[in-house]
Amino acid sequence: MDNIYEVLSEIVGPEFVSDSPEEKYIYSMDPGTMPACEPDIVVMPGSTEEVQKIVQTANAHRVPVVPMGAGLVLSGLTRALKGGIVLDMKRMNRILEINKLSRYALVEAGTSQGMLQAHLKKHFPDLKHSAPDAPPAATVAGNVCIHGSGHMSHAGGFHSDMLNGLEVVLPTGEVVRIGSCATSAYWFARAPLPDLSGLFLGWAGTTGVITKLAIKLYPNYPYNDVGVFVCEDASIVPDILYQITGTQVAEDVTTWMTPKPDWAAGFMHCNVNYGAKTKQELIWKRNLIRSAVESYIDDKTGGFLPLPSMMKQRFLEVPARQLSLFADVRKGGGFEYVGAIMPVEIFPEAYDLGLDIADKLAVSYSMGCRIIGVNHSMMFFYAYAFNRADPADIARAQGALEETNKRVLDMGGVPWKAEAPAQQEIIRKMDPNTFDMMHRVRSILDPNGIMNPGNWEDN
Amino acid sequence: MKHTEILHRCFRCGYCKLPGNYIDFNCPAYAAFRFESYSPGGRMWLLRAWLDDKLEPSRRFQEILFSCTACRNCVEQCALTRIKDELLLAFIAGKGELVGEGKVPPPVRDCLTRLQQYGNPYGLARKKRSNWAVDAEVEEFSDQEFLFFPGDVGAFDSRGQEISRSVAALLTRLGISFGILGDREVSDGNEANAMGESELFRLLAEENIENFNRRNVKKIVALSPHGFNALKNEYPALGGTYQVFHYTQIVAARVGDLALNDNLSKIRVTYHDPCYLGRHNWEYGAARKVLAALPGLEMREMDRSMQDALCCGGGGGNLFTDVLGNGPESPARNRVAEALDTGAEILAVSCPTCAVMLEDAVKSNNMEGRIQVKEISEIVNERLNDHP
Repeated sequence: MDNIYEVLSEIVGPEFVSDSPEEKYIYSMDPGTMPACEPDIVVMPGSTEEVQKIVQTANAHRVPVVPMGAGLVLSGLTRALKGGIVLDMKRMNRILEINKLSRYALVEAGTSQGMLQAHLKKHFPDLKHSAPDAPPAATVAGNVCIHGSGHMSHAGGFHSDMLNGLEVVLPTGEVVRIGSCATSAYWFARAPLPDLSGLFLGWAGTTGVITKLAIKLYPNYPYNDVGVFVCEDASIVPDILYQITGTQVAEDVTTWMTPKPDWAAGFMHCNVNYGAKTKQELIWKRNLIRSAVESYIDDKTGGFLPLPSMMKQRFLEVPARQLSLFADVRKGGGFEYVGAIMPVEIFPEAYDLGLDIADKLAVSYSMGCRIIGVNHSMMFFYAYAFNRADPADIARAQGALEETNKRVLDMGGVPWKAEAPAQQEIIRKMDPNTFDMMHRVRSILDPNGIMNPGNWEDN
Repeated sequence: MKHTEILHRCFRCGYCKLPGNYIDFNCPAYAAFRFESYSPGGRMWLLRAWLDDKLEPSRRFQEILFSCTACRNCVEQCALTRIKDELLLAFIAGKGELVGEGKVPPPVRDCLTRLQQYGNPYGLARKKRSNWAVDAEVEEFSDQEFLFFPGDVGAFDSRGQEISRSVAALLTRLGISFGILGDREVSDGNEANAMGESELFRLLAEENIENFNRRNVKKIVALSPHGFNALKNEYPALGGTYQVFHYTQIVAARVGDLALNDNLSKIRVTYHDPCYLGRHNWEYGAARKVLAALPGLEMREMDRSMQDALCCGGGGGNLFTDVLGNGPESPARNRVAEALDTGAEILAVSCPTCAVMLEDAVKSNNMEGRIQVKEISEIVNERLNDHP
């Protein structure tokens, strides 16, 4: 490793390489519950060329490489499970192009959500990207890689669906381009070429290092509003979501269920966010959404919540800063969640599961979902707060997460950005031929097994 | 150590690294070094690990803590409302623990030694403290309305001395009755406090308070926002309660009385908010009011202004210790580049520390001739009717 440290110092400059105990400690974990795994070295590249040289060096010495954005995945995917090099990508945070008319942004992989949001607001105020509810320090690339979702997911699907193209450094050091950028100066689409982007999405950094990506942008309207539809019966929520999303006028449709504050306990809240160019259009959209669920309002099984302006502002804030407060519920700085991708029809079972586990394990909970596409699926989350200073409380949250993962799989859902133990649960359920194909693909791309080893491996 | 109970409560969500508009990194140490360990959240977790005996207080650990400029961006931005007010206090307490154990970077040790031995961080003789006023026609404080307190940078740094003279001239022009203590003044102690040396701060403050009280000082006008902060917020707990003003507040109230020249060519100006005036004391309006009153000035705000302002990197003793360094990503070099991006010809400051840091950065970035750092009173004085 001494020799590698020297080589890495030559590649990126000594100030951007560290094997000090302080960096090894901080980069050994993320804010979730997964146990610490120390890297040997942390390195911060500043360009694709530097990433290429680092990966070539690692490959030659068969040293693991773990790419990392903001490290906010919460499920420990950027821990160096088998040691090696953590590649902190955040120095590569240049916004390379905003193509206004084709509505896409080309950014380096370390670009944060907040930085892109601020850049668009300043220079292209009629455009926006689909920001997740992760803090603004989270990277655009990281969220695309994990099939994240966000404030345009009803309109545009998963963030990986909004991907136009990639530049990737392969584990053997070659730089490849995927999508239209492979043959054109424009990064406008992945079609019509064979779509190789799937080789790098959802793989937890086990197949290469993304260095650039282009994502779709959307109209940023001057008038925005949110309606919160409330009901007590989980069994009618799938139809309510079906009716609302059927209007196709919303940008984002989410639900939330929480025992605190008291007035919220026991209710399903369905937030419908929409925007418009004019006030008249906004009113028209509001009426359309309302008419979609009119029968539930008429028979008094549900209705729209009157929203105080402060609450409305909070629901319109992107990203929602308020969400970070959940980490302090137990005065312990921790929360982690199972985000499970599921069909919308099993919402009632998903909700009952969350209540059952929270009750059984006596953990604080918050549940909800984000609709992906036009009710095509949902990301249902079960968030558990824990006290980082209390090992028993961490273990309790880990137990809740583990059980949630298992039962989600039994229900027909798939845990999202799964921790290493949850990956094992998924692999056990997975069609063996599918997993065998994953293994073969990975062996071809990464013959020496250097990329984030310990993830998506059969134990 | 105080405030240990909040260290594990940091989620490391990263809001603390950014300004409110998210446009770039805004924690000076994180922006300069880029390792997560240098972020406020990183420092929280490292402190916890050290207190739990998981880490030694190595030289790097010390540098991580002392690279904090006490700019308070993290406090402003932290999403955890129940702990945010204690963040900076926890970092200062951590520094205090290191000071207590004698485990601080050598430049910090040397700076604290100079403060202790000479009453200033420059290690210069006390009698030189009033040198700045030799040709300034400034009276010794007796029974004037205000005591003018230039602080260490205003008294000893050559650029700071120019600023002291400029501010004194403007106050005189405005008819403000003021005097100085000269070499009976010692450091306000703000930087000692920010470096965790609370006992040294107390000694320095008590010496000043004794001198102030002996001369029946009631009102103080401070040149430096750092001194303004200590005098206003820390001295009362030690028995020194005065009406404390930053000089821009005095000038803002009287700027209408000045005879200003309407015939000067137009200039584009941007203003850099000093942390100890802005985020520490919520004073964003005074300097802007002064600039707005000047004919021919076109204000251009930077993306990061007011509570989102990027620190110049000089706080927390870094002007004297240089733990942050002067690399290409240093906050001062970033800041002058941001100022230049506005199209401004003048980067206006209201703090001698910021003036020194940012002027050095203009030179390091080879921006001389493209943008000039000027202190508010200098800009005002140049636009007086009878300015030569």
